[in-house]
Amino acid sequence: MTDLIPDTAPNSPFASETALKRLKKRHAAERRFKRYGQLAIALALAALLIVTISIATQASSALTRHEISFDLTLDRAIIAPQGAGETAEITSNISGFNTLIQTNLRETFPITQTDSIRRRELYSLVTRLAVLPMAQTVAKTPNLIGTRQTFTAALSDDLDLYLKGGLTDRRTITAGEAGRLSLTEDGTYTLTDAGVDAFPNLRAAIDQMRAETPSAIIRLGDTWYSLNALSGAAMQLTYLAGNAPRLGEQKNQPIKAVVHAQSEINRTITDRQIAWTLILQEQGRIDRRWNTSLIFNADSTYPELAGAAAAIIGSILTMVVTALFALPIGVLAAVYLEEFAPKNRLTAIIEVNINNLAAVPSIIFGLLGAAVFINVFGMPRSIPLVGGMVLALLVLPTIIIASRAALSSVPPSIRTAALGIGASKTQTVFHHVVPLAAPGILTGAIIAMARALGETAPLLLIGMVAFINQVPSHPSDEATVLPVLIYKWFSGAERAWEPMTAMVIILLLVFLVIMNLTAVILRRRFEKRW
Amino acid sequence: MTDTANTFIASKIECRNVDVFYADKQAIFDVSFNIPDRSVTALIGPSGCGKSTFLRCLNRMNDTIDIARVEGTIMMDGADINASAVDAVLLRSRVGMVFQKPNPFPKSIYDNVAYGARIHGLAATKPALDEIVETSLRRAGLWAEVKDRLTAPGTSLSGGQQQRLCIARAIAIGPEVILMDEPCSALDPIATAKIEELIDELRQRFCIVMVTHSMQQAARVSQRTAFFNEGRLIEIGDTETIFTNPHDQQTQDYITGRFG
Repeated sequence: MTDLIPDTAPNSPFASETALKRLKKRHAAERRFKRYGQLAIALALAALLIVTISIATQASSALTRHEISFDLTLDRAIIAPQGAGETAEITSNISGFNTLIQTNLRETFPITQTDSIRRRELYSLVTRLAVLPMAQTVAKTPNLIGTRQTFTAALSDDLDLYLKGGLTDRRTITAGEAGRLSLTEDGTYTLTDAGVDAFPNLRAAIDQMRAETPSAIIRLGDTWYSLNALSGAAMQLTYLAGNAPRLGEQKNQPIKAVVHAQSEINRTITDRQIAWTLILQEQGRIDRRWNTSLIFNADSTYPELAGAAAAIIGSILTMVVTALFALPIGVLAAVYLEEFAPKNRLTAIIEVNINNLAAVPSIIFGLLGAAVFINVFGMPRSIPLVGGMVLALLVLPTIIIASRAALSSVPPSIRTAALGIGASKTQTVFHHVVPLAAPGILTGAIIAMARALGETAPLLLIGMVAFINQVPSHPSDEATVLPVLIYKWFSGAERAWEPMTAMVIILLLVFLVIMNLTAVILRRRFEKRW
Repeated sequence: MTDTANTFIASKIECRNVDVFYADKQAIFDVSFNIPDRSVTALIGPSGCGKSTFLRCLNRMNDTIDIARVEGTIMMDGADINASAVDAVLLRSRVGMVFQKPNPFPKSIYDNVAYGARIHGLAATKPALDEIVETSLRRAGLWAEVKDRLTAPGTSLSGGQQQRLCIARAIAIGPEVILMDEPCSALDPIATAKIEELIDELRQRFCIVMVTHSMQQAARVSQRTAFFNEGRLIEIGDTETIFTNPHDQQTQDYITGRFG
């Protein structure tokens, strides 16, 4: 546009000096405003992208988990010692199945009977309760007893995380060529470099870790050692696992090394456990599978077994209760206030208070719920019924405000039309005004419910933070909800909770997106124009 | 002033000393006149003169405004419509109303017309309801245009058709009086002509009271004309007399276009 201005006649009123100046200024202001808007949107999008990507990358490792397979002979004397073979007996016989697994592990990695510390180290490859699915399978089909079957059990969470590349920084290198391996007096081994250059690769790798306490495990043939010290052209090793050390000349066979950023005492898994896991993996006994337990299991103290099922069902039950209480009360209150109530001082006070209630911090509603529902009415803690009622109180003001806005946006001409042909006030409201306001009311209600779905604080106060290891089936069963589960898992000590927390956050976001989409679709579908 | 002319026509509605207040502000001052049956009475006057307010007294639509208060007596067929025993809803089923802007319900054409009959229980069976809908649409001169699309939404019609639909909706409940509040002000000349033609037909059956801004329209369709100014009834008489030989100077000035 500005290019055109010099073309107009100089004496034209559109080309006067002051007019042009003003025009330039106005254009600049308009451009500036546009920039601000674009900048704000770009910032918002960037924030959204960063959050989504960071959560998604965290969560991705929780999608799968590592499982160890076991070939087990289901000895009746061990898994059904009472002999009856009843379902309940087999399912509760956790130690029987653990015995089978532990025996199997001991066969794979022979340990002297007296070494109880070493045994415990080995057994913690699989947590105690990981045999539960196995027990349930056997209980369902008792004729498996006595046969030889292949089962899988979840690998302990820290080792699982290690295999996924987490837990500690590491670097796998070839340390050099093996010279001579000899046994020293204190039971450790000395390995020399085949050349004279004293393992430069290994030294470089350890230096590159830039860690305070680097450590390494060494593999020679099918034997794993941990590195005690590097002295000159020789390394001091302790035998970890695998084939028995073969002493003497090693004929230049390559030495593999895994350098870790942390020493053994600074992490939750030992060098030996890492070696065992790597050996099992090499034997093809460790598989990476979809982590279905995250969806289908209830909570557990072991991350590899814990799932969000109790929280998912708890959230759904809580939302149902909230909707049952908040929707009818909120909508009817809004209809009364908007259409029937006289406009006087009392209704003005009520209106101000509803608006104030909508801004009250949610934790206050939790206190109210704890004081009234639990202390006065003596209802049990931690149940979706109470949680739903507290959340219903929380969203009531929002639903009333949204519904009133929807009702007041129905054009008055519809009201006068109905009244004009002799419809009563109630008929006018329920035949014409409410149906026309319904999409708006529903949208407001769903968005309010979505807010309730993400609420944590009020539910903490009424005890829905309890540890729930059974999926609730009824609004008066103890339960927890997704945001509380996020809070709880996030404060868990083990590193494995982190990706799982991220996964539950994604789950919650999916729920929220579904609810908001429903709101949009309902609005599009039922909105009438006039 | 009181209405002395044309007392020989049977009066449907008699208004005596009607005052209307909005809170403390008086909008109508001491209006008294008779409205004859089976004819069109036009209320004319400048904007804000109270003619719409007065019209809304006749079916007690002012009841829906909290601050409005009506005093004086309005008799319909000899009964006071403001008496506490009279239900406003029932009154409105006898006094239909058509508004300035066409306001069909966002429902089908059929449902728009059938709604009033349904809530007043005028049709026991579906065929009876169908008949009411057809008759009303025929009387409103809309049947030929919509008979093949009765399920289409009422809002899909053109402005003039929508207004005729509103008239059909009003006559479907079998009223005796039809109030029209500037029924053509939102319509184009062709649609206006159709509505005027329709009004002329409807006066064979109904007592029609119409507010209009157009003096030509009042002259064309009404038999009696009442001129309002500043909340007072200035003059009422046969339309021909009002437009050709008004008694009052204000009426004279208004119809010759000196103010308003």
